[in-house]
Amino acid sequence: MTLLATQGLSKHFAGLQAVRGVDLDLPRGEVRALIGPNGAGKTTLVGMICGRIAPSSGTVHFDGRDITALPAHRRINLGMAYTFQITSVFARLDAAENVALAARRRVRGEGVEAVVQEALARVGLADRAATLAGDLSYGHQRLLEIAMGLAQAPRLLILDEPTQGLAESEIAAFKSLIRDLAGGATILLIEHNMSVVMETANRVTVLNAGEVLAEGAPAEIRADKAVQAAYLGTG
Amino acid sequence: MSERAKVVGLHGGLLVLLFALQFALPAYHHGNLARIMVLASFAIGYNLLFGYTGLLSLGHALFFAAGMYGAGLSVLHFGWSPAPALIVGLAAGAAVSALLGLLALRTAGVAFMIVTLMFAQAGYLAILYFGKWTYGDEGFVIARAARMLHGVDLSDPASRYFAALALFAVSLAVCLWLVRSRFGKTLIAIRENEERTRMLGYDTFARKLGAMVISGAISAAAGAVYGLLFGYVGATFASVQYSIFPLLWVLLGGAGVVVGPFVGTLFMFYLIDLSSGVTTAYMLIAGVVLVLLTLFAPQGLTGELRRRLWPWLP
Repeated sequence: MTLLATQGLSKHFAGLQAVRGVDLDLPRGEVRALIGPNGAGKTTLVGMICGRIAPSSGTVHFDGRDITALPAHRRINLGMAYTFQITSVFARLDAAENVALAARRRVRGEGVEAVVQEALARVGLADRAATLAGDLSYGHQRLLEIAMGLAQAPRLLILDEPTQGLAESEIAAFKSLIRDLAGGATILLIEHNMSVVMETANRVTVLNAGEVLAEGAPAEIRADKAVQAAYLGTG
Repeated sequence: MSERAKVVGLHGGLLVLLFALQFALPAYHHGNLARIMVLASFAIGYNLLFGYTGLLSLGHALFFAAGMYGAGLSVLHFGWSPAPALIVGLAAGAAVSALLGLLALRTAGVAFMIVTLMFAQAGYLAILYFGKWTYGDEGFVIARAARMLHGVDLSDPASRYFAALALFAVSLAVCLWLVRSRFGKTLIAIRENEERTRMLGYDTFARKLGAMVISGAISAAAGAVYGLLFGYVGATFASVQYSIFPLLWVLLGGAGVVVGPFVGTLFMFYLIDLSSGVTTAYMLIAGVVLVLLTLFAPQGLTGELRRRLWPWLP
């Protein structure tokens, strides 16, 4: 059963074709990694999926419904969550309030506190609840982003380079977190760290120069000659 | 003491103190404080938009004047009593701010400042243009006989003080309740990072519009009460300086602090009052003090208090 589907999704910025005719089909419950060299159009593609960027052409379907024309906040309310590539937390609010803002969209009153505690605990930030988000280390801000995503209990969780800047131990914790979530939520993961991709993704889609270059199980992708060439080509 | 108890204690204490002061103050300061409380209510309305939502408007004179003229013209032309006139003023302010919000909130930052400023100037010019009804620059006086509220004479100093305190208490309570509510916390989130707030599923445009209408309505209530209590309605109150005043009061007192607008208004009022007693160059003294405050307490008086002593200050 497909949760998310794009057909012929394209975006050009003043002559630059960032994304070209992408057909993506994401079944419910799958962990899908989206990889590709820098500038391949990964962030633009997920930007069009979650509504931050309007596509030049093509459609997006979520849960069988055409959401191409919906504004971002309506898509989020349908059950998407998006964590930013460039850390974008509420720096002058404490960690708990950051997560609470995410939680308040679906729970009210006393329930918020429980959701906040649980989400912070799952990413290992339980003891940082009262710290201002801006005072957290970069790695911890990444984890806070993920906690905000978790608090939304999304049907589709889009993570844009979540492990960038994390320490090895934090990456290991992140992998087990994704394995925990797998089966419940559907996850679309933009990731550069190949060990994360290989150990967590069910399938991998490779984007190169705005187009889908290859798609398959992690092991197939690793063996794919064209994928290796695309990565080596950009050094 | 719990945080809630401290918050209730501080704000309740301020209102009790203001209530008690009316029996102790000499006539001159008694009158001043009544005026300050009405103007501080205007600043509370401004603070909701500027301090909590992060939208810097340069057009709040339009809302203040909408309230003042809404109330004043109903008294003048229809002979209405203060209560329904106040409601007309409030409704006028809410309607004008909703309309302006729908247009101006399509912009952000400097463009938002310019658009609000332009519309406020258009409002000011409209008052002059329709001088046949508004009496333009000269304005008009609301007669004492028309300022009777259920047998209470609003031109009498004691009842005037009490009415000003009532407006201030309601504005303060509404603001305090609002900023601690879900809606208020979302406004703060918009101020801190609007894009992130939108990507958490909040319709930020609708909430900014809501903040603008509440802010406009409180400002209009202050304008209406000002006209009814002090008996004069004039185009000066729609001019650009009445858009700058609330910004200054809020900046001085502490943007994004519930009691900030009152402290700022009180401070600025007496700064000018006292320095003009010393020299005719009183604006120079006021200017120097403002520069010093901006340098050494950039978050305003109560903002500094929150940073150093009372981190729980809402």
